[in-house]
This record gives sequence, C-alpha cells and structure tokens, in this order.
Amino acid sequence: MRKWQCIVCGFIYDEAEGIPEEGIEPGTAWEDIPDTWECPDCGASKDDFEMIVL
Amino acid sequence: MRASSAPTPPLIVVGSGLAAYTLVREWRKADIETPLVLITADDGAGYSKPMLSNAHSKGQSADDLIQLSATEVAERYQAELLTRTEVLHIDPTTRTLHLDNGEALVWGQLVLAVGAEPIRAPLEGNALNRVFSVNDRLDFARLQSELDGARQVTIMGGGLIGSEFANDLISAGFEVDLVAPSETLLTGLVPAEVGEALRHALADAGVRFHLGPLVSRVDSVEDGKFQVSLTNGQKIPTDLVLSAVGLTPRVDLARKAGLRVNRGVVVNKYLQTSDPTIYALGDCAEVEGLVLMYVMPLMNAARALAKTLAGEQTAVQWPAMPVTVKTPLCPVIAYPPRSTGAWQIDGSGANLAAVCRQGESIVGFALSGERIKERNTWLKAVPPLLAS
Repeated sequence: MRKWQCIVCGFIYDEAEGIPEEGIEPGTAWEDIPDTWECPDCGASKDDFEMIVL
Repeated sequence: MRASSAPTPPLIVVGSGLAAYTLVREWRKADIETPLVLITADDGAGYSKPMLSNAHSKGQSADDLIQLSATEVAERYQAELLTRTEVLHIDPTTRTLHLDNGEALVWGQLVLAVGAEPIRAPLEGNALNRVFSVNDRLDFARLQSELDGARQVTIMGGGLIGSEFANDLISAGFEVDLVAPSETLLTGLVPAEVGEALRHALADAGVRFHLGPLVSRVDSVEDGKFQVSLTNGQKIPTDLVLSAVGLTPRVDLARKAGLRVNRGVVVNKYLQTSDPTIYALGDCAEVEGLVLMYVMPLMNAARALAKTLAGEQTAVQWPAMPVTVKTPLCPVIAYPPRSTGAWQIDGSGANLAAVCRQGESIVGFALSGERIKERNTWLKAVPPLLAS
C-alpha cells in the first residue's frame, strides 16, 4: 500500500485507508481512482497533478 | 502550413503563482499554437503557495518547494518567460503592456494573475525590519533564514495563515506568541466555539495567546533581542515578528488602466474585466462580487478560463468549496455562510461539528478535529458558491 501527496496542498491519499466517506474503499490503488476525482482539500485534479510517492 | 500575413498576437499572462501556472498548463492542452508570454516580478519558479505555511516543520527549504524551475516552465509551456520584470502600466486602447525594462508588448488576450498583497499593520518602533510577512516563496526563504538561530516568534493575526504558522512553528520547536485583536481564532470563517477548539489545541502545544490587543511597537533591546509592545501595555520578548493580518487584492495595474475595480479587479463569470480582451484570475479577481483568496476556487477558475481563452466560452461555476485550515494539532474545515443564520454546535473538546441554518436550509458549516470526516455529508447539504 502506498501514499500519494497532492503537490498543491499537501493532502495525502493513503491507499490503505482510502476515503470511505467519498466512496473510495480502503485498499483502493491510486490507479483505480477515477480520473475525474479531485483533491478534496484543494480541487487539484488527479490527471493534472503529479502526486508524489511518500 | 499556410503562411499567415501577420503573426498571432500572444496570450500574455502577468504573474507566476498557482493561478498563472495552472492556467497556462490547462490552456496549452487546448492551444499549442498561440504564442505565450509570461511576465513575473518573481524568479519564475513554479511552486504551490499553500505549502509555505507548513513547510518549516517538515524541514523543507524554499528551494525544496520548487516544482518547476523557470527554465522548465518556459520549455514545458512553450513560453517566453520574463522574470524579475515589473509591468509599469497597461494600455487597453492599443493593447500594449509597458515593462520596467523599457520594452512594450502587444497582447491578443491578457490575463492579470497578480495575486494579493499582505496588509501592513501600522507599527512604530526602531526594529520594524524584524517584521516579516510570507506571501511568496522568496518571502518564505527570507523568513527561514531569520528563523535559523531564532527561538521566539511573535505572530500577528489569528486567521488562517496566522493559525497555520502558529501550528507549524510550535511543532518545529519555537516559542510562539500569537497576538490578534479578535476574541478567538478564525473569526469570520468559523463560529467562536470552533475557533476556541483550535486555540485550545495550539495552547496545549505551547502557543501563548494575546487576544484582544494589537501590536503597537517593535523595538530592539539589549543583547540582540527584540521586544514587541501591545496596545494593552504588555511587552513580549521576541526574535522576530511574523505578520499575517490579511491580504488585499493587487488592483493597481487594473485601476490605472481604467478597468473596473472594487475590492478586487471586477470580472464577470467568464473572468473578463470591463475590457473584453483582459481577464483577471486568482487572488486579484473579484468574481461576481466574490473575492475568495483560497486555492480551491482558484484551481477551478483557472480550468474554466483556460477553456475560454482556447475558444470555448466557459463560465466559472463554483460548487460549495470548503476552506481547509492546515493545523494538524486540530484540523479545521469550514464553509462559512454567505448570509446570517443560527449556528448549532455538536460534539466536545477538539471534535466539533457546527452547522449554520437559515430556517430549514443549511447555509454553512465548520468542522474540527475528528469531525472533519463529515465534510462530504455537509458539503452536499449547502448551496453552491456561484451557480450557473
């Protein structure tokens, strides 16, 4: 399980935790998150923002 | 390729912050032909401003925050990038921009993404050079070099930036005094109970609060130390002062050019100023009466404007966009109501969910601590910021 950080605001997506309240189940791989998804804290889009592996 | 009689006039963007660079990145996806000129008073390096207020405790330097160097920006966006260059004035009649290096440039379309300026509190004393504000990466570099060897920091302002820096600097091991005229933190953004939850969390971590008075003086005392005087007569020893009392949109260029200006540069839903070839984006813009100096509205507006500039007229549509306060000691997410209503607070300690109702409708909310998880539930319930 990996973690990805939004380079705009620092939001961290943890694959192990997912974001259940957004319907992203724990264990969801980064690749399996839809391309239309946006960073919940800043609105950066997945497609447009590099997320860095922590 | 067909030879054209005259070269296409460029898109000119003034500014090199998140607004400017998000815009050109998006716009280049749709338009790879039109020449692009970027003009910045800065060094042109691409970085994310929201990261400045919590970089220090993570051990990140100003250079670590660079995501794209100026050279990479110019290459990636096929732009002529003019750094450390000031725009003296813009002439809408001839569509000409006059620069401090004597150059004059003609635009096809012009975007002002010049940001906002820190408000400077009126202060007296013989050590006003110890007062810093952090509005860009170079400011942050200066602050960081001052923090090196410092122990005590006084923060002016209890809003989002003041609170975030208080959290970051106390976590980095500094002594922090926070001075603000308000009764609690984040006033205007959250109800007092939530502001108090954050204040308690920061106080437990060691931040000393002086709420009510203002800083009136900063003076040097012996041994290379400094002293802050408050309007209530109190004196605080300090090494440096960080001013975070708010921002005001940069409107001078637009005003001198005769564009409509209110609190910010006045634009319509297409981010168009009173001159149809000039647009304004980000912290300098007032969109349909809204000046929202936060990252989420900016990212959203940049994507809409990129489409418009590429020929597909796209109005800004702002959903309910919450403001995230990056205070790990007590995280806060807020969607302040645009009208008055009655707040109802649920929870205890640091973990609060405050909901603002007007009659039956939910018009705003504020969450802190563990309760920030409820963000999406409440987001669905509140009205959008700017509907189509």
